[in-house]
Amino acid sequence: MRVLLSLAVVAVLAAGIVTVLRDVPFGGNSSRLGSHFVENGREDTGAANIVTSVVLGYRGFDTLGEVTVLFVAAVGLGALLVAGEKNAPRKLEKASMVLTTGSRFLFPLILLFGAYIFIHGHLTPGGGFQGGAIIASGYLLVYLGSRDRRLGKNWAASIETGGGLTFVLLGLAGLTAAGHWFLSNFLPLGVPGQLLSAGIIPIIYVAIGLKVGVELTGVIDSLMGGTE
Amino acid sequence: MIFLVAFLVLVMLAAAIAAFFFRDLLSAVIASCIVSLIASIIFFLLQAPDVAMAEASIGAALLTAILIIAIRRTGRYEE
Repeated sequence: MRVLLSLAVVAVLAAGIVTVLRDVPFGGNSSRLGSHFVENGREDTGAANIVTSVVLGYRGFDTLGEVTVLFVAAVGLGALLVAGEKNAPRKLEKASMVLTTGSRFLFPLILLFGAYIFIHGHLTPGGGFQGGAIIASGYLLVYLGSRDRRLGKNWAASIETGGGLTFVLLGLAGLTAAGHWFLSNFLPLGVPGQLLSAGIIPIIYVAIGLKVGVELTGVIDSLMGGTE
Repeated sequence: MIFLVAFLVLVMLAAAIAAFFFRDLLSAVIASCIVSLIASIIFFLLQAPDVAMAEASIGAALLTAILIIAIRRTGRYEE
């Protein structure tokens, strides 16, 4: 009886979905927004990378929400793991020499690559989130290579706060400039393709990059043992 | 090009199905890491380097590490 009832409900739902989606032209060019972004993104925001011009230029407010979601997730995970971390820290076996030496050799290169990705976020593919994740993967290598290293909590907290504050304050500064609104680009746009162009976009991407890097490293830190 | 993408999609499907059926959770995590890695290659071939970069660094590196640490803290085998 229950099976029949479930099948009936599923059939009704499927019929509804089919009637709604039958006339939607998937893949068709139903909105002119996409082509507008591609054609005018470079002039409107000054960012040579179209993806960045959408992420931080046209849709900066969404990105602020995204950063907030990541922040809440990292804080929640940290709180959850620290609350369960009452017993003494477990003993960790030493990493092998290959891993230790390799991590010491590779870590600065990975850090440099991550910084390059988010500093050039408005010029080349990538941006704050990608650069931050690359930096966090470099820190993961350090955690695996030298087990006694830990993230400096005060440094991490101040970088995280500074990154978030930079984003919000730059957005609020747009309100005070004439003819601008929250998170609008009030600094001079410059020539697209140069490092110092696109107004507030590179500043926000550097802030996001540092913030995301610290947050994801904090997630790894609290998972790898948390308390010092 | 189309054959390369088709081959990669087939490997990705196989890895995804393997991740579902493995009883050893470590093997399942490695299989899901392969799924992420191939997804990032496909994103790159489809000219979405931004997404490819995010998928490679988060999906293939950080997520795998987080899941392996979680396995180390709990149990390796599924009952």
